Amino acid sequence: MTSLPRDPGPKKLGLVIDLDTCVGCHACAVSCKEWNTGGVAAPLTDLDPYGADPVGVWFNRVHAYEAGDGMGGRTVHFPRSCLHCDEPACVSVCPTGASYKREEDGIVLVDEDLCIGCKLCSWACPYGAREYDRDAGVMKKCTLCIDRIYNENLPEPERVPACVTACPTSARHFGDLGDPDSPISRLVAERGGRDLMPELGYRPVNKYLPPRPTRGGTDPAEGGADPLRPEPESDGGRFLRWLDATLSR
Amino acid sequence: MPANRERERVDTAPKISDEVKETTCYMCACRCGVRVHLRNGHIRYLEGNPRHPVNRGVLCAKGSAGIMQHNSPARLRKPLRRVGARGEGRFEEIEWEEAIALAVEWLGAIRRSDPKKLAFFTGRDQSQALTGWWASQFGTPNHAAHGGFCSVNMAAAGIYTIGGSFWEFGEPDWERTRLLLMFGVAEDHDSNPIKIGLSKLKANGAKFVSVNPVRTGYSAIADEWIGIRPGTDGLFVLALVHELLRAGSVDAEFLIRYTNAPWLVIRDEGGPEDGLIARDGDGAPLCWDLRSEELSSALAPDISPALSGSYRLPDGRSGTPAFELLVRRYQQPEFAPDAVAGTTGVPAATIRRIAAEVAAAAFQETVTIEQPWTDWAGRRHERMTGRPVAMHAMRGISAHSNGFHTCRAIHLLQMLLGTVDVPGGFRYKPPFPKPAPPPLKPAGKPGEIVPGAPMPGPPLGFPSGPADLLVNEDGSPVRIDKAFSWEAPLAAHGMLHMVPANAWRGDPYPIDTLFIYMANMSWNSAMNTAETMHMLTDRDDAGGYRIPHIICADAYASEMVAYSDLVLPDTTYLERWDCISLLDRPISSADGAADAIRHPVVQPDRDVRPFQDVLIDIGARLGLPGLVRDDGSPRYPGGYPDYLVNHQRVPGIGSLAGWRGVDGTMEGTGDPNPEQLERYVEAGSFWQQPLAPEMRFFKHANRDYLKHAVAMGWIGSPDQIILQLYSEPMQRFRLAARGHGQVLPPAELRERIDRYFDPLPIWYQPFHEAATDGDAYPLHALTQRPMAMYHSWGSMNAWLRQIHPSNRLYIGRRRAEALGIEDDSWVDIVSPHGRVRARVKLMEGVNEDTVWTWNAIGKRAGAWALSDDAPESREGFLLNHLIPERLPPQPDGHRHANADPVTGQAAWYDLRVRLKPATDGATASAPRFDPLPRPPGLAAPSSVLRFGAGFRPRRPERAAR
Repeated sequence: MTSLPRDPGPKKLGLVIDLDTCVGCHACAVSCKEWNTGGVAAPLTDLDPYGADPVGVWFNRVHAYEAGDGMGGRTVHFPRSCLHCDEPACVSVCPTGASYKREEDGIVLVDEDLCIGCKLCSWACPYGAREYDRDAGVMKKCTLCIDRIYNENLPEPERVPACVTACPTSARHFGDLGDPDSPISRLVAERGGRDLMPELGYRPVNKYLPPRPTRGGTDPAEGGADPLRPEPESDGGRFLRWLDATLSR
Repeated sequence: MPANRERERVDTAPKISDEVKETTCYMCACRCGVRVHLRNGHIRYLEGNPRHPVNRGVLCAKGSAGIMQHNSPARLRKPLRRVGARGEGRFEEIEWEEAIALAVEWLGAIRRSDPKKLAFFTGRDQSQALTGWWASQFGTPNHAAHGGFCSVNMAAAGIYTIGGSFWEFGEPDWERTRLLLMFGVAEDHDSNPIKIGLSKLKANGAKFVSVNPVRTGYSAIADEWIGIRPGTDGLFVLALVHELLRAGSVDAEFLIRYTNAPWLVIRDEGGPEDGLIARDGDGAPLCWDLRSEELSSALAPDISPALSGSYRLPDGRSGTPAFELLVRRYQQPEFAPDAVAGTTGVPAATIRRIAAEVAAAAFQETVTIEQPWTDWAGRRHERMTGRPVAMHAMRGISAHSNGFHTCRAIHLLQMLLGTVDVPGGFRYKPPFPKPAPPPLKPAGKPGEIVPGAPMPGPPLGFPSGPADLLVNEDGSPVRIDKAFSWEAPLAAHGMLHMVPANAWRGDPYPIDTLFIYMANMSWNSAMNTAETMHMLTDRDDAGGYRIPHIICADAYASEMVAYSDLVLPDTTYLERWDCISLLDRPISSADGAADAIRHPVVQPDRDVRPFQDVLIDIGARLGLPGLVRDDGSPRYPGGYPDYLVNHQRVPGIGSLAGWRGVDGTMEGTGDPNPEQLERYVEAGSFWQQPLAPEMRFFKHANRDYLKHAVAMGWIGSPDQIILQLYSEPMQRFRLAARGHGQVLPPAELRERIDRYFDPLPIWYQPFHEAATDGDAYPLHALTQRPMAMYHSWGSMNAWLRQIHPSNRLYIGRRRAEALGIEDDSWVDIVSPHGRVRARVKLMEGVNEDTVWTWNAIGKRAGAWALSDDAPESREGFLLNHLIPERLPPQPDGHRHANADPVTGQAAWYDLRVRLKPATDGATASAPRFDPLPRPPGLAAPSSVLRFGAGFRPRRPERAAR
């Protein structure tokens, strides 16, 4: 079994995903696939791509859920990728050391040379974030675009994961969640960012921002608009008094 | 893990590309800027261009999947000539010379005899400035793109009302609005700008209300989702109007300054001008000036026009301000929230509350920008003040037969609130606003179609009265699609959806050649699909095809290919020149005009040619006037790029507005610049011209903006553009229906014209729905577009089809339970017109009387290079089979198009159905059709796609841990 870093550094790179603005457009998922299929874990193989059962490797997938019954409920779009946990079961379960967590930034990677494709890690991961490439016989996963975020061939503002660059609703944020003063940590604090299934104890680094409270159907007592009051109708041929106002063109 | 094992080294800074080329996306109609990273001559990666005005660096799922579109195995490879029966899909490859010669032979014969026998229609064409002009040079009125089955209700209602429209000609003020009302917007139009905008709006704490029968996509993140009954949005909006009028919560100052609310409407019942605008001797509209207490030109500044009352006109008739007519109508109890709640499915209390919220945002949260500006009359205003309620509407409004009036109702609401081109409201995108409507009329009157000669103008335009219609002496239609006839007088985008059926029937006449670019008329672009396939293959008594020739141009093996006699293979969007022109469908933002190009970032590896090059070549060989020089030689021997640079619509105005003039220093107008395209390429393939801050709002009445627009060639005069709350052109048609004027509708259409050409917005139950027994067919059925797909194109994309491999029929869980329908089970969807088998999916967030599915995922087996057992054909389905292209017969036997009576917009969403559980152990959708054979030259797709393996960085040597 594989051990975790003995002296993990303070840096914990990760993503914060805003469920308030995610519209489920799959931009992140496809952008991720596009970048990574030519990146350090290339390719993200697709089997039967034009046939009866097309299945490919995706490091990021978007799900839609409905909460509540009938028209009063809500729809939540939920992008899912590796959370780069502090206590990643996928690493500790790995029999060969292929799965590992980096000391320097906390990113969880797979060393393909060591991976024997046993899939124990995908069984261990409660978040379903592992992607087995049947064609290559190895496990693959989100690298947090490790070939972008440090890449000096890219202009500095673009050194973020592909999904973050692409997201049209700015629902994805990247940064150091180990630094409480980083913009991304402050965002988590402000918006009440959550861990997924914290009770399992894997201490995910990625956070999810819950939907903001909606401003639907509020009454005046809760800050909603006052009801409209009809203008009293006047007589004398003018049916609405306010029409009498003299206004200049 | 063993402690001293070597750890892998990861190359964290691999080289990404040898070269980056900036061009424009074509994965949908949004037209975002993309950067294409090339490695060893191959496309490694596409990403959003951060500098681009449309997408500002972001890119949607479709855009990122562009590589898979570019590499699709469905790409056609060489011109094809049919060898089997039409519809069998058997072809032989031919050389381009032969293909073009064949097209020229067919088209030349038509042009010499009767040019209208060419029906040249394009689908998701982004080169309409070329294709429309080409059609008029050919001399046929029978041309349009796909707008007639997409969003002409939005375009026409907007153009006739405010001189702009949602989406391409306007956008919400995302930064400043406090309340956004979105109507019938599924997942796109326009895709990335809406997403960027919603994100900003939510960060600003503004409220977002989505009115849509289905809670997906944008509706899912709305503060309030109103799951309205389909086709009733107009009634909901007019109930808001009713509430606002009752409370006096309207912006009377805005109405007086910027709309025709004070214009006097002639009241002369039965008279020839009843309902028209009273005008002075110069043609200026009249109003009643409260200050001088006399009639005045309504165009004069510094008057105080009355909004109500009745005034004696110089000729003795009386005139009433348009606004009083409006108030009288919408204060009627039929528009009260309680009266409309049952029909719309929206509780009266909700309607009243939304009206109150709209009023509160508009009148209590006024937004001010400290920016002086000068109005049309030269008066300086110290600041720009607006009412921050914005609206956006699209397909869910458009695709009903009451869509024109519903869209006008939304614009009416905007005007009453004073939220047109003000801070926080709806904002025009230059070159809009234009006069409502613009003074551009469709050409193609009977005398204007002459063998061997061009038409005197464009085939599409904006009639302002019966005299502008394209009808024969007897009132019958000139055009094959009956656009601009009494069937659809304001059909500003044509009616492509009616072309195959009308051509097959010979109604109004038979044609010779149907020339289709990028439209799938034998599948998802047609109503009544199975019968349309029959029409395309049907023969007359002599054994010839009833539509003698069909030419299609497409880059991919769509369902349409099999129904064509000649197939002209196009390139992908990354292999050609293209133009997104201000003359066509611009990509401007409210803060400035913009246009764009595409340029070939890679060369085709197949024997294909850009369609626009081919069209110009055919035109030159036909000797079309604009396409040849005086000596008969081709005017644009360099093809489309040559045309883009050197074609001038009028002197100084061409396809592209940037870098004009011989030295490239002019904008908007100027001589052709031989290096114009190079300048575009250097600049990232787009040009934009930010408006000066003083021009950015009140564009319809802003002197500096209007003068600028004239200088740029966008409008003809700097006169104020007055918003048309009351539509006089509509009334002109209505008067004709009442027997007034020279051009009169045929007797059987008079009642219809009289009813639907109301100068103020009305609501009526959509036609096909009204003609259907609501008890027997209790459910509305409609489609929505998925965010990750654009029409039929997405399914050949290896990545996008994994997201939506097939479509289900979605139904509310409670309704399904009541019907005894289980999740994942198969049902028959039955309309009076047909039956489709589909698999259901239960959900919560849907109007309880509505079922729906994703559009255009269902495919015919064998098309798009998918395997015959692909889920798109095995489980996917089209609702199209259930929708007739014509409404049931009138008492006299006449059948109208299943369309809006004003614009001819295809009424896809008027469908009513019932569901019947399938009890025969079904495992596939129906109807099914024989698989189409793969066209020659297309290899069987591989079973494993390892795209990108060759780009993988070499792994560094391992290091000691």
